[in-house]
Amino acid sequence: MQPTLLRLERLTVGELEAVDLNVSPGDIVCLSGASGSGKSRLLRAVADLEPHGGEVWLAGQAQSTIPAHRWRRQVMLVPAESQWWSDRVGEHFSDGVEDGDLAALGFEREVMSWQVGRLSTGEKQRLSLLRAVSREPRVLLLDEPTANLDDATRDRVENWLASRIESRGWPTLWVAHDKGQIVRVANRHLRIEGSRLLVQEAAWT
Amino acid sequence: MDVIELSWWQLALAASMVVVLAGCTAVMRLGMSRSLLIAALRTVVQLALIGLVLEALFAAERLVWVSLMAVAMLLIAGREVMARQKRRLKGGWAFGIGTLSMFLSSFTVTVLTLTVIIGPDPWYRPQYAIPLLGMMLGNTMTGVALALDRLTDTAWQQRAVIESRLMLGQSWQEAIGDIRREAMRSGLMPMINAMAAAGVVSLPGMMTGQILAGSPPALAVKYQILVMFTITLGTGFGTLAAVAAGSRRLFDSRERLRLDRLAVPG
Repeated sequence: MQPTLLRLERLTVGELEAVDLNVSPGDIVCLSGASGSGKSRLLRAVADLEPHGGEVWLAGQAQSTIPAHRWRRQVMLVPAESQWWSDRVGEHFSDGVEDGDLAALGFEREVMSWQVGRLSTGEKQRLSLLRAVSREPRVLLLDEPTANLDDATRDRVENWLASRIESRGWPTLWVAHDKGQIVRVANRHLRIEGSRLLVQEAAWT
Repeated sequence: MDVIELSWWQLALAASMVVVLAGCTAVMRLGMSRSLLIAALRTVVQLALIGLVLEALFAAERLVWVSLMAVAMLLIAGREVMARQKRRLKGGWAFGIGTLSMFLSSFTVTVLTLTVIIGPDPWYRPQYAIPLLGMMLGNTMTGVALALDRLTDTAWQQRAVIESRLMLGQSWQEAIGDIRREAMRSGLMPMINAMAAAGVVSLPGMMTGQILAGSPPALAVKYQILVMFTITLGTGFGTLAAVAAGSRRLFDSRERLRLDRLAVPG
């Protein structure tokens, strides 16, 4: 099997123009930038949820050559705000879920029978990460995955995500605001300035 | 039995009572009198005009005129479907999808009913064709308009949910499945309710009319059953086609939700 390299080729969406980017298997690339600079739109374009120019490649296969839902099944975007449509949590987990993963995020098995309406914002956020990861994609696109979490839970989620990304070898784009988080998880850090992605040296930390 | 003649002064009596009702709402400041009077006036003018048209049509009994009339009715119904939607599809799609699905269902079912079931001679005999098509179009129009309005409005409100389901790798049919079911339901519910209540709670208008005009109730009942079934068929298939085409149009070839294809309510 070809290594799951994620390659953005002259990707153009919104303000961003002709972005070229390679993300190696297991690499976490953090994206930052002012709000409204187009971080989320970039992720949406990579997941093919938004019309865009250029092409995205996954393990040598072009985005435009496979059906869109199969692309998104592999290139999994987790939005900042999670959405739930059925009454109970478990109904959203079509592929089942491991007890170990539940425990790692601070849940027990019985959470699956909970009413969605009972969940706090933070619980929803953690469960939406679990929901995406349990579908075993090949790439993760994370939009501020820890925005609503307290410090202790945030560390827990960061560690769980980082180890999962490493063990599965998922190329990952991770939108983050917090400099501390970027230092902790990122292999590379890119910043959106106007129409370009600028490489941020680790030195400033 | 002959029908008792109605003269204009007898209608004027009924009209004066509508004016009294309008006066009452005006006195109580309910703000309905104006629209009530305008609607009543429209009824008189529109029905008087259609009476003249039908008289001419029945006298001529030509396929060309019947078809022209049918097309005019279809286009007006299509316009009405479009006007009843809060967030309609842009670029003529709202009119196109509504009109086409009404054409496919109402026209097919009407022609089938005329040729296979009722069988007047000639099959397009206006006394049968025009009222039948009118009832079909009127009900199909309501169903299609309700369903499309529900579809586009719910898709707009639940756009985050739809996109979230797309992100998890669902196909567009899965992602909008619940909303499609709801739209279908709201399109078909009026007709299902009407069938369930027919004869128990309400006496359907057509049957009442036939009985007033002197038909034996047993025959009127048979016609009413036939008409309700054909209306259900027309509404059902029309709504089905409209919901299928409308929901497809909400997504592009890459299965992205494209709400920019909906007009902003004015």
